[in-house]
Amino acid sequence: MAALPDVEALCAQLARELEGRVGPASAMVGIHTGGAWVAERLHAALGLKEPLGLIDPAFYRDDYAKQGLAKDPKRSRIPFDVAGKDLLLVDDVLYTGRTVRAAMNELFDYGRPASIALVVLAERDGRQLPICARHAGVRLEVPAGMRLRLKRDDRGTLALELERAP
Amino acid sequence: MPRNPQLNASGELQHLLSIEGLPRELLIKILDTAESFAGVTERDIKKVPLLRGKSVFNLFFEGSTRTRTTFEIAAKRLSADVINLNVAASSTAKGESLLDTVANLSAMQADIFVVRHGSSGAPYLVAQHVKPHEHVINAGDGRHAHPTQGLLDLYTIRHYKKDFSGLAVAIVGDVLHSRVARSLIHGLTTLGVPEVRVIGPQTLIPAGAQGLGVRVYHSMREGLKDADVVVMLRLQNERMSGALLPSAQEFNKHYGLTAEKLALARPDAIVMHPGPMNRGVEIDSSVADGPHSVILPQVTFGIAVRMAVMSMVAGGG
Repeated sequence: MAALPDVEALCAQLARELEGRVGPASAMVGIHTGGAWVAERLHAALGLKEPLGLIDPAFYRDDYAKQGLAKDPKRSRIPFDVAGKDLLLVDDVLYTGRTVRAAMNELFDYGRPASIALVVLAERDGRQLPICARHAGVRLEVPAGMRLRLKRDDRGTLALELERAP
Repeated sequence: MPRNPQLNASGELQHLLSIEGLPRELLIKILDTAESFAGVTERDIKKVPLLRGKSVFNLFFEGSTRTRTTFEIAAKRLSADVINLNVAASSTAKGESLLDTVANLSAMQADIFVVRHGSSGAPYLVAQHVKPHEHVINAGDGRHAHPTQGLLDLYTIRHYKKDFSGLAVAIVGDVLHSRVARSLIHGLTTLGVPEVRVIGPQTLIPAGAQGLGVRVYHSMREGLKDADVVVMLRLQNERMSGALLPSAQEFNKHYGLTAEKLALARPDAIVMHPGPMNRGVEIDSSVADGPHSVILPQVTFGIAVRMAVMSMVAGGG
């Protein structure tokens, strides 16, 4: 299998794409945990006026009844008023679309944004909901039984990895 | 060894009956989850859809305002339907047994029972008889345990002190009758607090208190010295029979927390109280309303902690 693309290069490419579309009402929200890492890079590169928001949609997931609460839910913090903003919602990997659905539900409990555009580092097959990314760093084929994950090492370096699905 | 009745086969929280016997990692997980829920309670829309369609029955065989209300708010913020039963004044008065009451509520499709009862162990009895998808949370049983209060106390301490290692925590007053003190002591020792002290007159300290891993003091001067956290307990008149105390005034003189006594603790000490307070008995107003007091934040944190506990017991299944 070919090596997975370099994450820093993908982030730089996404930042260049986004430069053209950010305006005065733009603000960014990253989804914990991998999406938050990507969002930190994009947010710094774009120099947005509003501070970065981070959410963990664990309390909105549709698999709670089956699997219970996520292992380690993080506290969501959106340090700006969501109402009227053009939100860039950032995640690491777009797969089934269920995390994005949950994240959008959570965002609307903070206020009514003017728009939401989805930005992901990587997308793969397997959508179960009518959700697609406006900006995707790369499109990857993932073999059956495997999943694509974003990992961060001790030095803060990000890397995409394929691992066996649980 | 029989399995802990609070945990399922995979070690997840199934019921919350007591802090005693819960592993350290699980206590930390509850506190971390509560921390995430604290974010929800700061928003305009203080509601998440986790327990949509679930029914929470507040089953209080003993009076309560704060605990019952915060359980109700917590359940509503999780989108559950909440049914409050004043059981002491209804079925029980007509002679229905505890288990019959529970069986009837179960037939009304309950998911979570929040139980307060004057008899120690009553929530255990309920937990033994509920269906697999039903969960029991102990909201205070006799003198035994009040685990969600203990957890919110732990949450409060961690919020202000960041870390449990290196702390000296003093629990003051009527330890003998206090389920709050028992739950807190188990939590503090499980989380590795090196110094847990109890302070009170001989008659209000349970025999064998040392066996719980605490140091016993009968003098405020010695016990409060350099404490990081001071937890005042309510003098429980309604549980007091016989001559355990000469008078409330006498108690206040020796064990009431005044600004002067508090000065013995560390300058950044926090003062906690589970409520309801007897001002002028176990705590002076100048302290209860003073800069060291975190008594009202405790109440707020209690909501997030109860949201965490309910969402953890009801999840999966």
